[in-house]
Amino acid sequence: MGETPTRETIEAVWRIESARLLGGLVRVVRDLSLAEDLAQEALLTALERWPHTGVPNNPGAWLMATAKNRAIDQLRRRRMLDRTHGSIQSDAATGTSTDRPEIEMDIDEDVDDELLRLVLIACHPVLSKEARVALTLRLLGGLTTDEIARAFLVPETTIAQRIVRAKRTLAEARVPFEIPRGEDLADRLPSVFEVIYLIFNEGYAATRGEDWMRMELCEEALRLGRILAERVPDNAEVHGLVALMELHSSRARARIGPSGEPILLLDQDRSRWDQLLVHRGLAALVRAEALASPLGPYALQAAIAACHAQARTADETDWKRIVALYDALVQTTQSPLVELNRAVAVSMAFGPAAALELIDALIDEPALRQYHLLPSVRGDLLSKLGRVDEAHKEFGRAAAMAQNVRERELLLARAKACAGETGGA
Amino acid sequence: MRVMVMVKATRNSEAGLMPGEELQAAMGQFNQELVRAGILLAGEGLQPSSQGKRVRFSGGKRLVIEGPFAQTQELVAGYWVWQVKSMQEALEWVRRCPEPIPGEDAEIEIRPVFHAEDFVKAPAPGSQHR
Repeated sequence: MGETPTRETIEAVWRIESARLLGGLVRVVRDLSLAEDLAQEALLTALERWPHTGVPNNPGAWLMATAKNRAIDQLRRRRMLDRTHGSIQSDAATGTSTDRPEIEMDIDEDVDDELLRLVLIACHPVLSKEARVALTLRLLGGLTTDEIARAFLVPETTIAQRIVRAKRTLAEARVPFEIPRGEDLADRLPSVFEVIYLIFNEGYAATRGEDWMRMELCEEALRLGRILAERVPDNAEVHGLVALMELHSSRARARIGPSGEPILLLDQDRSRWDQLLVHRGLAALVRAEALASPLGPYALQAAIAACHAQARTADETDWKRIVALYDALVQTTQSPLVELNRAVAVSMAFGPAAALELIDALIDEPALRQYHLLPSVRGDLLSKLGRVDEAHKEFGRAAAMAQNVRERELLLARAKACAGETGGA
Repeated sequence: MRVMVMVKATRNSEAGLMPGEELQAAMGQFNQELVRAGILLAGEGLQPSSQGKRVRFSGGKRLVIEGPFAQTQELVAGYWVWQVKSMQEALEWVRRCPEPIPGEDAEIEIRPVFHAEDFVKAPAPGSQHR
Protein backbone atom coordinates (compact mmCIF):
# COMPACT_ATOMS: atom_id res chain seq x y z
CA MET A 1 0.00 0.00 0.00
CA GLY A 2 1.43 3.40 0.91
CA GLU A 3 0.45 5.28 -2.26
CA THR A 4 -2.20 7.97 -2.16
CA PRO A 5 -5.57 6.43 -2.98
CA THR A 6 -7.44 8.06 -5.81
CA ARG A 7 -11.14 8.64 -5.93
CA GLU A 8 -11.46 5.52 -8.13
CA THR A 9 -9.69 3.42 -5.50
CA ILE A 10 -12.03 4.63 -2.80
CA GLU A 11 -15.02 3.96 -5.02
CA ALA A 12 -13.77 0.42 -5.65
CA VAL A 13 -13.47 -0.14 -1.90
CA TRP A 14 -16.96 1.26 -1.60
CA ARG A 15 -18.32 -1.14 -4.17
CA ILE A 16 -16.88 -4.06 -2.24
CA GLU A 17 -17.95 -2.86 1.20
CA SER A 18 -21.14 -0.83 0.80
CA ALA A 19 -23.76 -3.60 0.84
CA ARG A 20 -22.24 -5.30 3.87
CA LEU A 21 -21.94 -1.95 5.61
CA LEU A 22 -25.53 -1.08 4.85
CA GLY A 23 -26.79 -4.48 6.00
CA GLY A 24 -24.92 -4.07 9.28
CA LEU A 25 -26.20 -0.54 9.82
CA VAL A 26 -29.78 -1.53 9.11
CA ARG A 27 -29.52 -4.15 11.82
CA VAL A 28 -28.22 -1.61 14.31
CA VAL A 29 -30.40 1.42 13.57
CA ARG A 30 -33.46 -0.45 12.24
CA ASP A 31 -34.22 2.20 9.67
CA LEU A 32 -33.25 1.81 6.04
CA SER A 33 -33.12 5.50 5.16
CA LEU A 34 -31.09 6.35 8.25
CA ALA A 35 -28.73 3.47 7.52
CA GLU A 36 -28.25 4.77 3.98
CA ASP A 37 -27.54 8.28 5.24
CA LEU A 38 -25.01 6.96 7.73
CA ALA A 39 -23.31 4.87 5.08
CA GLN A 40 -23.13 7.87 2.76
CA GLU A 41 -21.61 10.00 5.51
CA ALA A 42 -19.02 7.31 6.13
CA LEU A 43 -18.16 7.34 2.43
CA LEU A 44 -17.78 11.12 2.46
CA THR A 45 -15.50 10.88 5.48
CA ALA A 46 -13.41 8.28 3.68
CA LEU A 47 -13.17 10.45 0.56
CA GLU A 48 -11.98 13.27 2.78
CA ARG A 49 -9.50 11.37 4.94
CA TRP A 50 -8.10 8.46 2.96
CA PRO A 51 -6.23 10.64 0.46
CA HIS A 52 -4.12 11.76 3.46
CA THR A 53 -4.02 8.63 5.59
CA GLY A 54 -4.11 5.96 2.90
CA VAL A 55 -6.76 3.24 2.76
CA PRO A 56 -6.91 1.57 6.18
CA ASN A 57 -5.94 -2.08 6.41
CA ASN A 58 -9.47 -3.15 7.08
CA PRO A 59 -11.54 -0.57 5.21
CA GLY A 60 -14.82 -2.39 5.88
CA ALA A 61 -14.32 -2.21 9.65
CA TRP A 62 -13.20 1.42 9.37
CA LEU A 63 -16.33 2.42 7.46
CA MET A 64 -18.54 0.53 9.91
CA ALA A 65 -16.91 2.15 12.94
CA THR A 66 -17.19 5.60 11.36
CA ALA A 67 -20.86 5.12 10.52
CA LYS A 68 -21.63 3.75 13.97
CA ASN A 69 -19.96 6.70 15.67
CA ARG A 70 -22.19 8.95 13.62
CA ALA A 71 -25.20 6.90 14.65
CA ILE A 72 -24.29 7.16 18.32
CA ASP A 73 -23.74 10.92 18.01
CA GLN A 74 -27.14 11.31 16.41
CA LEU A 75 -28.83 9.20 19.03
CA ARG A 76 -27.21 11.18 21.82
CA ARG A 77 -28.29 14.41 20.22
CA ARG A 78 -31.83 13.11 19.92
CA ARG A 79 -31.83 12.02 23.56
CA MET A 80 -30.60 15.45 24.60
CA LEU A 81 -33.48 16.96 22.71
CA ASP A 82 -35.87 14.53 24.32
CA ARG A 83 -34.50 15.43 27.70
CA THR A 84 -35.13 19.12 27.16
CA HIS A 85 -38.65 18.13 26.26
CA GLY A 86 -39.17 16.53 29.60
CA SER A 87 -38.53 12.83 29.01
CA ILE A 88 -35.78 12.92 31.60
CA GLN A 89 -38.00 11.42 34.27
CA SER A 90 -38.74 8.29 32.37
CA ASP A 91 -35.02 7.74 31.76
CA ALA A 92 -34.30 8.19 35.41
CA ALA A 93 -37.15 5.89 36.35
CA THR A 94 -35.98 3.01 34.18
CA GLY A 95 -32.37 3.61 35.03
CA THR A 96 -31.21 3.63 31.41
CA SER A 97 -27.95 5.36 30.86
CA THR A 98 -28.25 7.95 28.15
CA ASP A 99 -24.51 8.04 27.76
CA ARG A 100 -24.23 4.48 26.50
CA PRO A 101 -26.98 4.00 23.96
CA GLU A 102 -28.00 0.40 23.36
CA ILE A 103 -26.67 0.72 19.84
CA GLU A 104 -23.28 -0.49 20.96
CA MET A 105 -24.68 -3.70 22.37
CA ASP A 106 -25.12 -5.83 19.30
CA ILE A 107 -22.43 -4.27 17.24
CA ASP A 108 -20.35 -7.19 16.13
CA GLU A 109 -22.38 -10.34 16.38
CA ASP A 110 -22.60 -12.43 13.23
CA VAL A 111 -21.64 -9.78 10.69
CA ASP A 112 -21.48 -12.46 8.07
CA ASP A 113 -25.08 -12.40 6.99
CA GLU A 114 -25.39 -8.69 6.31
CA LEU A 115 -25.82 -9.22 2.59
CA LEU A 116 -28.53 -11.80 3.10
CA ARG A 117 -30.33 -9.45 5.48
CA LEU A 118 -30.17 -6.65 2.94
CA VAL A 119 -31.41 -8.71 0.00
CA LEU A 120 -34.32 -10.04 2.05
CA ILE A 121 -35.33 -6.52 3.00
CA ALA A 122 -34.96 -5.23 -0.57
CA CYS A 123 -37.05 -8.14 -1.88
CA HIS A 124 -39.64 -8.13 0.87
CA PRO A 125 -43.02 -9.43 -0.36
CA VAL A 126 -44.84 -6.28 0.82
CA LEU A 127 -43.14 -4.49 -2.08
CA SER A 128 -44.21 -4.55 -5.71
CA LYS A 129 -42.00 -6.37 -8.19
CA GLU A 130 -40.77 -3.09 -9.70
CA ALA A 131 -39.98 -1.68 -6.27
CA ARG A 132 -38.06 -4.79 -5.30
CA VAL A 133 -35.99 -4.67 -8.47
CA ALA A 134 -35.12 -0.99 -8.04
CA LEU A 135 -34.31 -1.33 -4.35
CA THR A 136 -32.17 -4.42 -4.89
CA LEU A 137 -30.10 -2.77 -7.60
CA ARG A 138 -29.74 0.32 -5.47
CA LEU A 139 -28.88 -1.33 -2.16
CA LEU A 140 -26.93 -4.39 -3.31
CA GLY A 141 -25.70 -3.38 -6.73
CA GLY A 142 -24.69 0.06 -5.60
CA LEU A 143 -26.28 1.44 -8.78
CA THR A 144 -27.41 5.04 -8.74
CA THR A 145 -31.04 5.85 -9.53
CA ASP A 146 -29.79 7.27 -12.82
CA GLU A 147 -28.05 4.00 -13.74
CA ILE A 148 -31.10 1.94 -12.81
CA ALA A 149 -33.32 4.26 -14.83
CA ARG A 150 -31.08 3.93 -17.86
CA ALA A 151 -30.97 0.15 -17.53
CA PHE A 152 -34.77 -0.05 -17.50
CA LEU A 153 -35.31 2.82 -19.94
CA VAL A 154 -37.58 4.76 -17.62
CA PRO A 155 -37.19 8.33 -16.36
CA GLU A 156 -34.91 8.77 -13.37
CA THR A 157 -37.72 10.34 -11.34
CA THR A 158 -39.74 7.14 -11.75
CA ILE A 159 -36.98 5.06 -10.18
CA ALA A 160 -36.33 7.64 -7.46
CA GLN A 161 -40.03 7.63 -6.57
CA ARG A 162 -40.15 3.84 -6.57
CA ILE A 163 -37.27 3.72 -4.12
CA VAL A 164 -38.70 6.40 -1.83
CA ARG A 165 -42.08 4.72 -1.84
CA ALA A 166 -40.54 1.30 -1.22
CA LYS A 167 -38.69 2.58 1.83
CA ARG A 168 -41.86 4.15 3.15
CA THR A 169 -43.77 0.91 2.61
CA LEU A 170 -41.12 -1.04 4.49
CA ALA A 171 -41.24 1.41 7.37
CA GLU A 172 -45.04 1.49 7.52
CA ALA A 173 -45.27 -2.29 7.39
CA ARG A 174 -42.73 -2.41 10.23
CA VAL A 175 -40.80 -5.03 8.34
CA PRO A 176 -38.52 -6.79 10.81
CA PHE A 177 -34.79 -6.55 10.16
CA GLU A 178 -33.94 -9.98 11.51
CA ILE A 179 -33.08 -12.73 9.08
CA PRO A 180 -35.83 -15.34 9.23
CA ARG A 181 -34.71 -18.89 9.93
CA GLY A 182 -35.56 -22.31 8.58
CA GLU A 183 -38.93 -22.58 6.85
CA ASP A 184 -39.57 -18.85 7.19
CA LEU A 185 -36.36 -18.11 5.34
CA ALA A 186 -37.20 -20.64 2.62
CA ASP A 187 -40.60 -18.95 2.19
CA ARG A 188 -38.97 -15.60 1.57
CA LEU A 189 -36.46 -16.78 -1.02
CA PRO A 190 -38.74 -17.16 -4.08
CA SER A 191 -39.42 -13.42 -3.91
CA VAL A 192 -35.65 -12.85 -4.09
CA PHE A 193 -35.16 -15.36 -6.92
CA GLU A 194 -37.90 -13.64 -8.89
CA VAL A 195 -36.17 -10.27 -8.60
CA ILE A 196 -32.77 -11.64 -9.56
CA TYR A 197 -34.18 -13.46 -12.56
CA LEU A 198 -36.13 -10.37 -13.63
CA ILE A 199 -32.94 -8.32 -13.56
CA PHE A 200 -31.20 -11.04 -15.54
CA ASN A 201 -33.91 -11.23 -18.16
CA GLU A 202 -34.17 -7.50 -18.50
CA GLY A 203 -30.52 -7.63 -19.50
CA TYR A 204 -30.66 -10.84 -21.52
CA ALA A 205 -33.66 -10.09 -23.68
CA ALA A 206 -34.23 -6.41 -23.15
CA THR A 207 -37.94 -5.98 -23.65
CA ARG A 208 -37.65 -2.62 -25.31
CA GLY A 209 -35.19 -0.44 -27.09
CA GLU A 210 -32.31 -0.88 -29.45
CA ASP A 211 -29.92 -3.14 -27.60
CA TRP A 212 -30.97 -6.71 -27.50
CA MET A 213 -28.80 -7.49 -24.55
CA ARG A 214 -27.50 -5.40 -21.74
CA MET A 215 -24.81 -7.56 -20.34
CA GLU A 216 -24.23 -5.41 -17.29
CA LEU A 217 -27.63 -6.27 -15.88
CA CYS A 218 -26.98 -9.95 -16.58
CA GLU A 219 -23.66 -9.77 -14.79
CA GLU A 220 -25.19 -8.00 -11.82
CA ALA A 221 -27.95 -10.62 -11.57
CA LEU A 222 -25.42 -13.42 -11.80
CA ARG A 223 -23.31 -11.82 -9.10
CA LEU A 224 -26.36 -11.54 -6.82
CA GLY A 225 -27.29 -15.15 -7.56
CA ARG A 226 -23.80 -16.41 -6.76
CA ILE A 227 -23.74 -14.35 -3.55
CA LEU A 228 -27.12 -15.73 -2.50
CA ALA A 229 -26.12 -19.32 -3.32
CA GLU A 230 -23.24 -19.02 -0.87
CA ARG A 231 -25.59 -17.84 1.86
CA VAL A 232 -28.36 -20.40 1.47
CA PRO A 233 -26.34 -23.33 0.11
CA ASP A 234 -28.92 -25.93 1.15
CA ASN A 235 -31.62 -24.43 -1.02
CA ALA A 236 -31.97 -26.35 -4.28
CA GLU A 237 -33.60 -23.61 -6.30
CA VAL A 238 -30.89 -21.02 -5.70
CA HIS A 239 -28.48 -23.37 -7.46
CA GLY A 240 -31.07 -23.97 -10.16
CA LEU A 241 -31.36 -20.23 -10.67
CA VAL A 242 -27.60 -19.75 -10.79
CA ALA A 243 -27.25 -22.69 -13.19
CA LEU A 244 -29.90 -21.20 -15.46
CA MET A 245 -28.23 -17.78 -15.53
CA GLU A 246 -24.72 -19.21 -16.04
CA LEU A 247 -25.91 -21.40 -18.92
CA HIS A 248 -27.84 -18.62 -20.60
CA SER A 249 -24.92 -16.22 -20.16
CA SER A 250 -22.59 -18.77 -21.72
CA ARG A 251 -24.37 -18.17 -25.03
CA ALA A 252 -24.30 -14.39 -24.79
CA ARG A 253 -21.56 -13.70 -27.30
CA ALA A 254 -22.98 -16.19 -29.81
CA ARG A 255 -26.45 -14.72 -29.79
CA ILE A 256 -25.65 -11.42 -31.42
CA GLY A 257 -24.38 -11.00 -34.94
CA PRO A 258 -21.82 -8.42 -36.05
CA SER A 259 -24.42 -5.74 -36.69
CA GLY A 260 -26.27 -6.41 -33.45
CA GLU A 261 -28.93 -8.73 -34.86
CA PRO A 262 -30.09 -11.68 -32.74
CA ILE A 263 -28.95 -15.17 -33.74
CA LEU A 264 -31.34 -17.95 -32.73
CA LEU A 265 -30.11 -20.76 -30.51
CA LEU A 266 -30.00 -23.44 -33.19
CA ASP A 267 -28.14 -21.16 -35.62
CA GLN A 268 -25.48 -20.15 -33.12
CA ASP A 269 -21.81 -20.97 -33.56
CA ARG A 270 -21.36 -23.23 -30.56
CA SER A 271 -17.62 -22.76 -30.50
CA ARG A 272 -18.38 -19.25 -29.29
CA TRP A 273 -20.25 -20.43 -26.22
CA ASP A 274 -18.35 -19.56 -23.09
CA GLN A 275 -17.17 -22.92 -21.79
CA LEU A 276 -16.18 -21.52 -18.40
CA LEU A 277 -19.78 -20.47 -17.80
CA VAL A 278 -21.09 -23.73 -19.26
CA HIS A 279 -19.04 -25.68 -16.73
CA ARG A 280 -20.13 -23.42 -13.89
CA GLY A 281 -23.74 -23.80 -14.96
CA LEU A 282 -23.55 -27.58 -15.17
CA ALA A 283 -21.85 -27.72 -11.76
CA ALA A 284 -24.56 -25.55 -10.21
CA LEU A 285 -27.21 -27.80 -11.77
CA VAL A 286 -25.56 -30.85 -10.21
CA ARG A 287 -25.80 -29.13 -6.82
CA ALA A 288 -29.49 -28.35 -7.43
CA GLU A 289 -30.23 -31.93 -8.50
CA ALA A 290 -28.47 -33.32 -5.42
CA LEU A 291 -30.71 -31.23 -3.16
CA ALA A 292 -34.07 -31.33 -4.92
CA SER A 293 -36.59 -33.96 -5.69
CA PRO A 294 -38.48 -33.13 -7.71
CA LEU A 295 -36.67 -30.26 -9.45
CA GLY A 296 -38.15 -26.79 -9.05
CA PRO A 297 -38.91 -24.45 -11.96
CA TYR A 298 -35.46 -22.80 -12.10
CA ALA A 299 -33.62 -26.11 -11.98
CA LEU A 300 -35.92 -27.54 -14.66
CA GLN A 301 -35.22 -24.60 -16.94
CA ALA A 302 -31.53 -24.97 -16.20
CA ALA A 303 -31.76 -28.67 -17.08
CA ILE A 304 -33.28 -27.69 -20.43
CA ALA A 305 -30.51 -25.18 -21.01
CA ALA A 306 -28.02 -27.90 -20.07
CA CYS A 307 -29.40 -30.15 -22.83
CA HIS A 308 -28.45 -27.47 -25.32
CA ALA A 309 -25.11 -26.78 -23.67
CA GLN A 310 -24.16 -30.45 -23.87
CA ALA A 311 -25.14 -30.97 -27.51
CA ARG A 312 -22.07 -30.49 -29.66
CA THR A 313 -24.20 -29.59 -32.67
CA ALA A 314 -27.80 -28.45 -32.93
CA ASP A 315 -28.66 -31.79 -34.56
CA GLU A 316 -27.41 -33.69 -31.52
CA THR A 317 -29.89 -31.97 -29.19
CA ASP A 318 -31.86 -34.45 -27.09
CA TRP A 319 -35.29 -32.99 -27.88
CA LYS A 320 -37.19 -35.87 -26.30
CA ARG A 321 -35.53 -35.17 -22.99
CA ILE A 322 -36.27 -31.48 -23.41
CA VAL A 323 -39.95 -32.26 -24.04
CA ALA A 324 -40.00 -34.39 -20.87
CA LEU A 325 -38.44 -31.54 -18.87
CA TYR A 326 -41.02 -29.14 -20.30
CA ASP A 327 -43.76 -31.56 -19.27
CA ALA A 328 -42.52 -31.28 -15.68
CA LEU A 329 -42.17 -27.52 -16.01
CA VAL A 330 -45.72 -27.10 -17.32
CA GLN A 331 -46.91 -29.01 -14.24
CA THR A 332 -45.10 -26.75 -11.77
CA THR A 333 -45.64 -23.38 -13.46
CA GLN A 334 -48.98 -23.77 -15.27
CA SER A 335 -47.74 -20.98 -17.51
CA PRO A 336 -48.99 -20.61 -21.10
CA LEU A 337 -45.57 -19.22 -21.98
CA VAL A 338 -43.97 -22.49 -20.90
CA GLU A 339 -46.55 -24.37 -22.97
CA LEU A 340 -45.51 -22.30 -25.95
CA ASN A 341 -41.88 -23.28 -25.42
CA ARG A 342 -42.90 -26.87 -24.92
CA ALA A 343 -44.65 -26.78 -28.29
CA VAL A 344 -41.39 -25.66 -29.90
CA ALA A 345 -39.59 -28.61 -28.32
CA VAL A 346 -42.37 -30.94 -29.49
CA SER A 347 -41.91 -29.71 -33.04
CA MET A 348 -38.23 -30.58 -32.84
CA ALA A 349 -38.83 -33.98 -31.28
CA PHE A 350 -41.99 -35.09 -33.09
CA GLY A 351 -42.43 -32.76 -36.05
CA PRO A 352 -44.22 -29.46 -36.83
CA ALA A 353 -47.70 -30.94 -37.26
CA ALA A 354 -47.86 -32.19 -33.66
CA ALA A 355 -46.60 -28.83 -32.43
CA LEU A 356 -49.04 -26.80 -34.49
CA GLU A 357 -51.93 -28.51 -32.76
CA LEU A 358 -50.52 -27.46 -29.38
CA ILE A 359 -49.97 -23.89 -30.56
CA ASP A 360 -53.47 -23.60 -31.96
CA ALA A 361 -54.81 -24.58 -28.55
CA LEU A 362 -52.93 -21.59 -27.09
CA ILE A 363 -54.24 -18.93 -29.47
CA ASP A 364 -57.06 -17.82 -27.18
CA GLU A 365 -54.81 -17.71 -24.14
CA PRO A 366 -55.20 -14.13 -22.78
CA ALA A 367 -51.62 -14.07 -21.44
CA LEU A 368 -50.26 -14.65 -24.94
CA ARG A 369 -52.58 -12.39 -26.92
CA GLN A 370 -50.01 -9.59 -27.22
CA TYR A 371 -46.98 -11.86 -27.23
CA HIS A 372 -45.07 -11.72 -30.51
CA LEU A 373 -43.48 -15.15 -30.09
CA LEU A 374 -46.82 -16.93 -30.49
CA PRO A 375 -47.34 -15.85 -34.11
CA SER A 376 -43.61 -16.12 -34.64
CA VAL A 377 -43.54 -19.78 -33.60
CA ARG A 378 -46.74 -20.46 -35.49
CA GLY A 379 -45.22 -18.88 -38.60
CA ASP A 380 -42.17 -21.06 -38.23
CA LEU A 381 -44.24 -24.24 -37.97
CA LEU A 382 -46.42 -23.26 -40.92
CA SER A 383 -43.40 -22.56 -43.07
CA LYS A 384 -41.95 -25.96 -42.16
CA LEU A 385 -45.23 -27.51 -43.22
CA GLY A 386 -44.97 -25.68 -46.55
CA ARG A 387 -47.93 -23.37 -45.80
CA VAL A 388 -45.90 -20.29 -46.70
CA ASP A 389 -48.80 -17.89 -47.28
CA GLU A 390 -50.10 -18.41 -43.79
CA ALA A 391 -46.54 -18.30 -42.45
CA HIS A 392 -45.97 -14.95 -44.13
CA LYS A 393 -49.02 -13.52 -42.41
CA GLU A 394 -47.98 -14.85 -39.00
CA PHE A 395 -44.47 -13.39 -39.25
CA GLY A 396 -45.98 -10.06 -40.24
CA ARG A 397 -48.25 -10.12 -37.19
CA ALA A 398 -45.34 -11.09 -34.97
CA ALA A 399 -43.22 -8.22 -36.30
CA ALA A 400 -46.01 -5.76 -35.59
CA MET A 401 -46.16 -6.96 -31.97
CA ALA A 402 -42.42 -7.10 -31.27
CA GLN A 403 -41.17 -4.20 -29.18
CA ASN A 404 -37.49 -4.81 -29.67
CA VAL A 405 -36.15 -3.23 -32.86
CA ARG A 406 -33.70 -6.04 -33.59
CA GLU A 407 -36.28 -8.75 -33.12
CA ARG A 408 -38.73 -6.91 -35.35
CA GLU A 409 -36.16 -6.75 -38.13
CA LEU A 410 -35.55 -10.49 -37.85
CA LEU A 411 -39.28 -11.23 -38.07
CA LEU A 412 -39.77 -8.93 -41.06
CA ALA A 413 -36.91 -10.70 -42.80
CA ARG A 414 -38.59 -14.05 -42.23
CA ALA A 415 -41.91 -12.71 -43.49
CA LYS A 416 -40.14 -11.47 -46.59
CA ALA A 417 -38.46 -14.84 -47.10
CA CYS A 418 -41.88 -16.54 -47.08
CA ALA A 419 -43.17 -14.06 -49.64
CA GLY A 420 -40.10 -14.85 -51.74
CA GLU A 421 -40.89 -18.55 -51.65
CA THR A 422 -44.45 -18.10 -52.88
CA GLY A 423 -43.26 -15.77 -55.62
CA GLY A 424 -40.55 -18.15 -56.73
CA ALA A 425 -42.61 -21.33 -56.59
CA MET B 1 -15.38 -7.16 -16.90
CA ARG B 2 -13.52 -10.40 -16.66
CA VAL B 3 -9.91 -10.38 -15.57
CA MET B 4 -7.24 -12.99 -15.25
CA VAL B 5 -5.23 -12.53 -12.09
CA MET B 6 -1.87 -14.26 -12.21
CA VAL B 7 0.43 -15.01 -9.33
CA LYS B 8 3.91 -14.82 -10.79
CA ALA B 9 6.42 -17.54 -10.05
CA THR B 10 9.28 -17.22 -7.58
CA ARG B 11 12.35 -19.30 -6.85
CA ASN B 12 10.41 -21.24 -4.21
CA SER B 13 7.36 -21.86 -6.39
CA GLU B 14 9.63 -23.01 -9.21
CA ALA B 15 11.40 -25.31 -6.76
CA GLY B 16 8.03 -26.93 -6.09
CA LEU B 17 7.88 -25.88 -2.44
CA MET B 18 4.29 -26.13 -1.28
CA PRO B 19 2.85 -23.24 0.73
CA GLY B 20 2.84 -23.78 4.49
CA GLU B 21 -0.31 -24.51 6.47
CA GLU B 22 -0.70 -20.93 7.54
CA LEU B 23 -0.61 -19.59 4.00
CA GLN B 24 -2.92 -22.33 2.77
CA ALA B 25 -5.43 -21.36 5.43
CA ALA B 26 -5.10 -17.66 4.61
CA MET B 27 -5.47 -18.34 0.88
CA GLY B 28 -8.44 -20.59 1.57
CA GLN B 29 -10.11 -17.79 3.46
CA PHE B 30 -9.34 -15.28 0.73
CA ASN B 31 -10.78 -17.61 -1.90
CA GLN B 32 -13.86 -18.03 0.25
CA GLU B 33 -14.28 -14.26 0.38
CA LEU B 34 -14.02 -14.08 -3.40
CA VAL B 35 -16.68 -16.76 -3.76
CA ARG B 36 -18.97 -15.07 -1.27
CA ALA B 37 -18.57 -11.80 -3.12
CA GLY B 38 -19.71 -13.58 -6.28
CA ILE B 39 -16.62 -12.67 -8.31
CA LEU B 40 -14.52 -15.85 -8.45
CA LEU B 41 -15.16 -17.78 -11.66
CA ALA B 42 -12.16 -20.09 -11.69
CA GLY B 43 -8.69 -20.51 -10.29
CA GLU B 44 -5.89 -23.03 -10.00
CA GLY B 45 -2.33 -23.33 -8.84
CA LEU B 46 0.18 -24.44 -11.44
CA GLN B 47 2.98 -26.95 -11.05
CA PRO B 48 6.52 -25.65 -11.54
CA SER B 49 7.67 -25.03 -15.09
CA SER B 50 9.92 -28.10 -14.81
CA GLN B 51 6.67 -30.03 -15.41
CA GLY B 52 5.75 -27.86 -18.39
CA LYS B 53 6.50 -27.85 -22.05
CA ARG B 54 6.55 -25.13 -24.65
CA VAL B 55 5.91 -25.35 -28.34
CA ARG B 56 7.71 -22.77 -30.45
CA PHE B 57 6.09 -21.88 -33.75
CA SER B 58 8.76 -20.75 -36.15
CA GLY B 59 8.95 -20.74 -39.92
CA GLY B 60 6.13 -23.28 -40.24
CA LYS B 61 7.86 -25.64 -37.80
CA ARG B 62 6.81 -26.61 -34.32
CA LEU B 63 9.63 -27.10 -31.88
CA VAL B 64 8.98 -28.62 -28.46
CA ILE B 65 10.99 -27.11 -25.60
CA GLU B 66 11.18 -28.93 -22.28
CA GLY B 67 10.81 -27.11 -18.94
CA PRO B 68 12.05 -25.68 -16.65
CA PHE B 69 12.10 -22.25 -18.21
CA ALA B 70 14.32 -19.31 -17.46
CA GLN B 71 13.20 -15.86 -16.29
CA THR B 72 11.32 -17.12 -13.29
CA GLN B 73 9.59 -13.81 -12.61
CA GLU B 74 7.88 -13.99 -16.01
CA LEU B 75 6.35 -17.40 -15.29
CA VAL B 76 2.92 -17.99 -13.78
CA ALA B 77 2.51 -20.01 -10.59
CA GLY B 78 -1.25 -19.77 -10.32
CA TYR B 79 -4.23 -17.84 -11.60
CA TRP B 80 -7.77 -16.76 -10.92
CA VAL B 81 -10.48 -15.62 -13.28
CA TRP B 82 -12.64 -12.93 -11.72
CA GLN B 83 -15.76 -11.10 -12.80
CA VAL B 84 -15.44 -7.54 -11.55
CA LYS B 85 -16.90 -4.14 -12.32
CA SER B 86 -13.60 -2.40 -12.99
CA MET B 87 -9.83 -2.73 -12.94
CA GLN B 88 -9.94 -0.70 -9.72
CA GLU B 89 -12.12 -3.30 -8.08
CA ALA B 90 -9.75 -6.09 -9.17
CA LEU B 91 -6.83 -4.08 -7.77
CA GLU B 92 -8.64 -3.63 -4.49
CA TRP B 93 -9.21 -7.38 -4.21
CA VAL B 94 -5.57 -8.10 -5.02
CA ARG B 95 -4.55 -5.73 -2.23
CA ARG B 96 -6.52 -7.94 0.14
CA CYS B 97 -4.75 -11.09 -0.99
CA PRO B 98 -2.42 -12.61 1.59
CA GLU B 99 1.26 -12.43 0.62
CA PRO B 100 1.22 -15.21 -1.95
CA ILE B 101 4.70 -16.52 -1.20
CA PRO B 102 5.94 -15.72 2.32
CA GLY B 103 9.52 -14.69 2.80
CA GLU B 104 9.95 -13.90 -0.86
CA ASP B 105 9.08 -10.95 -3.05
CA ALA B 106 6.16 -11.89 -5.24
CA GLU B 107 4.02 -10.23 -7.87
CA ILE B 108 0.43 -10.54 -8.95
CA GLU B 109 -0.54 -9.36 -12.41
CA ILE B 110 -4.06 -8.41 -13.49
CA ARG B 111 -5.00 -8.63 -17.16
CA PRO B 112 -8.44 -7.82 -18.57
CA VAL B 113 -9.92 -10.55 -20.75
CA PHE B 114 -11.14 -9.54 -24.19
CA HIS B 115 -14.83 -8.77 -24.22
CA ALA B 116 -17.33 -10.14 -26.74
CA GLU B 117 -17.73 -6.65 -28.18
CA ASP B 118 -14.00 -6.40 -28.80
CA PHE B 119 -14.39 -9.20 -31.34
CA VAL B 120 -17.50 -7.76 -32.90
CA LYS B 121 -15.57 -4.57 -33.62
CA ALA B 122 -12.56 -6.38 -35.01
CA PRO B 123 -13.28 -9.89 -36.26
CA ALA B 124 -10.37 -12.28 -35.88
CA PRO B 125 -8.55 -12.99 -39.12
CA GLY B 126 -9.87 -16.13 -40.76
CA SER B 127 -12.99 -16.11 -38.58
CA GLN B 128 -15.78 -17.89 -40.41
CA HIS B 129 -18.41 -16.46 -38.16
CA ARG B 130 -20.79 -14.15 -39.90
